[in-house]
Amino acid sequence: MSDIILLAVFPYVALVLGIGGGIYRYRHDRFSYSSLSSQLLENRRLFWGSVPWHYGITIVLLAHLVAFLIPGIWARIIAEPLTLYTLEVTGFALALAALIGLSVLIIRRLTQPRLLAVTTTMDWVLLAVLLLQVALGFWVSLFYRWGADWYVHTSVPWLVSLASFNPQIQYVASLPWIVKFHLLTGFFLIALFPFTRLVHVVALPFWYLWRPYQVVIRNRKM
Amino acid sequence: MKIQSQVSMVFHLDKCIGCHTCTIACKNIWTDRKGAEYMYWNNVETKPGTGYPTRWEDQDKYRGGWRLDQKKNRLHLRLQGKWGTLGNIFYNPYLPTLDDYFEPWTYDYQNLFDAPEGDDQPTARAVSMITGKYMDTIEAGPNWDDDLGGSQVYANNDPNLDGASEEERRQMQEIERVVFFYLPRICNHCLNPGCVAACPAAAIYKRGEDGVVLVNQDRCRAWRMCISGCPYKKTYFNWSTGKAEKCILCYPRLESEQPPACFHSCVGRIRYVGLLLYDASRLEQAAKAPQESLVQAQRDVIMDPFDPEVIAAAKASGVPDLKIEAAQQSPVYKFVKRWGLALPLHAEFRTLPMLFYVPPLGPVLAKMNKGMYDTADADSEGLTPMMSALEKSRMPLRYMASLLSAGNEQIIRDVYRKQMAVRLFMRAKTAKDVPAAEVEKALTEGNTNAQEAEAIYRLTALPTYEERFVVPAMERETAVEDLFPALDPVARNYPVHKGEVGIGYRRDPRRGP
Ligand code: SF4
Ligand code: SF4
Repeated sequence: MSDIILLAVFPYVALVLGIGGGIYRYRHDRFSYSSLSSQLLENRRLFWGSVPWHYGITIVLLAHLVAFLIPGIWARIIAEPLTLYTLEVTGFALALAALIGLSVLIIRRLTQPRLLAVTTTMDWVLLAVLLLQVALGFWVSLFYRWGADWYVHTSVPWLVSLASFNPQIQYVASLPWIVKFHLLTGFFLIALFPFTRLVHVVALPFWYLWRPYQVVIRNRKM
Repeated sequence: MKIQSQVSMVFHLDKCIGCHTCTIACKNIWTDRKGAEYMYWNNVETKPGTGYPTRWEDQDKYRGGWRLDQKKNRLHLRLQGKWGTLGNIFYNPYLPTLDDYFEPWTYDYQNLFDAPEGDDQPTARAVSMITGKYMDTIEAGPNWDDDLGGSQVYANNDPNLDGASEEERRQMQEIERVVFFYLPRICNHCLNPGCVAACPAAAIYKRGEDGVVLVNQDRCRAWRMCISGCPYKKTYFNWSTGKAEKCILCYPRLESEQPPACFHSCVGRIRYVGLLLYDASRLEQAAKAPQESLVQAQRDVIMDPFDPEVIAAAKASGVPDLKIEAAQQSPVYKFVKRWGLALPLHAEFRTLPMLFYVPPLGPVLAKMNKGMYDTADADSEGLTPMMSALEKSRMPLRYMASLLSAGNEQIIRDVYRKQMAVRLFMRAKTAKDVPAAEVEKALTEGNTNAQEAEAIYRLTALPTYEERFVVPAMERETAVEDLFPALDPVARNYPVHKGEVGIGYRRDPRRGP
């Protein structure tokens, strides 16, 4: 029963909260969409935290996403043992970078009075959950080898079943609890999205690459 | 030809007394808020000096403005390319930190009342406005090197002195001859702004109607590239709300025909605000001009508001008649283009800054002569030494050129000659101790004539408020007409977004969770 609630109901609740809340916040309080950078207040430690954290977590997340979107191709790619090793080792290194970066960021906030002044309760909640999630992922990749492989046969079909509104929890129900914990914290982060500065993730301005440098806005004749 | 109009300002540096009234007026209206304490949209620097933030002119450190790739004839942001912006979005390597500005503080005044009885006087200790903790040493402030023109610690670090010779440095520092002047600075509302170009979120834009450069804070996501992109360091980052902020040229005041607060409060009445008509199709060419002709290229972009062709083109691109008339009355046009006296600050940053400075006619070199100070070479006839001693001006030409003419000393020399001619001309009129031939010679050398000299004198020394501020109110009613189809009470097609009139609800600019 609890499995159904956690693995078949909670993900939907999280998604509704995350997406609905995100849209609501965007429409009603767009001003608050910000990465709330603290670089002005502290510069040096930010480098050793922010850069490994963001690059590490972005690439690892993208790998999760790719395997979910194109499981067939992914399975074929990792069928070659050498590729699998390489992927696992790279993933491990990136996760380590993210973990170290995040720890630096947390310590940085804890030890600098200027930063404490701009850290809200939700920032601490977010940092704690992120740390938990990355640590869990790290643990799983360390003690349950070849996740790049079994992920495709367990979590991916479960995610696909969720996406097609036909939740099949048997794919993941028998996984070790720590893996399930990782899945749930992932969805919890989605739920946290509109209530924290996580919203800046969807604001990454890629279209800058195609935009002309200058922007002029004027009232036009209709 | 694509004519646009822009609100522009001239600062007559000879008249600035360094009183900082402008700064205070601006601060009280706009930046007296949490997160903005350290911002000075208007500040007044002592030159030579390091400025605010410290050494802002040093683009090796801050990477502001544009760099010209001469081979490909293309402009690049000195900061980084577009891919570089995305790559550095998690950490901007060239961002000034609060320590390049200062940590804002207040004083614990309450302690003066509440302190328990003791042997000594209670004090009001400094308290940080960020952390709320006591600050034992205050190491910097917004105007830390005020009046320290001759200082070895501050003035010597002025980036404009990097090329100065030993002789020039000595000239400026000899103790009885220490020389400095004031440089009030606000955002230049550039024609090729680095801040706009550097913002990956397109949150900063130039307003087409009057050229004011604004931040749309609903779009700003704190990527903080604008702060680096602006070579004048006139975009700031609000550490509390997580949004960029900058001088808005008091646009709510301008729209209703009131001058910006810095102008209005200026004690020295050094500021002139008016419209300029410029040719938008020539901007790129001007921004790419070779360094020594940058100032001339920028002057060429500014068009003659009396030229019928320009007027026709302006009308064609929608500049209202009222603005064309105002452009004809513009004091800025006179100083910048007709008289060629006002120059853009650091044109070599290639942002085409639209505020202009009349260089201060610093004192010329003087010597002790029989117990009296006298201009160098004073033994020659008449007052000519004032002219001949130009090269010996206590403020080296090279320094002024580095500041106001992208290194082109001839431009500074021309401006000085004209200013001196006006002085001699007026002296001859009032004190009557300059021979007519001298005046004639000065006018020729200054490339001017009696009529122009008189006009320069009048606008410099005796201008009325109406002559110093010539900007018509924004035509709000036509703006609404332009934006929306005819209002139809049946279809109720009333405006819902931009251009709305009346009272709407307002939300505090609060930091998000
Ligand atoms: S001076 Fe103003 S308009 Fe020019 S780049 Fe800086 S902030 Fe932008
Ligand atoms: S108020 Fe005027 S005179 Fe005083 S510092 Fe500002 S610009 Fe100079």
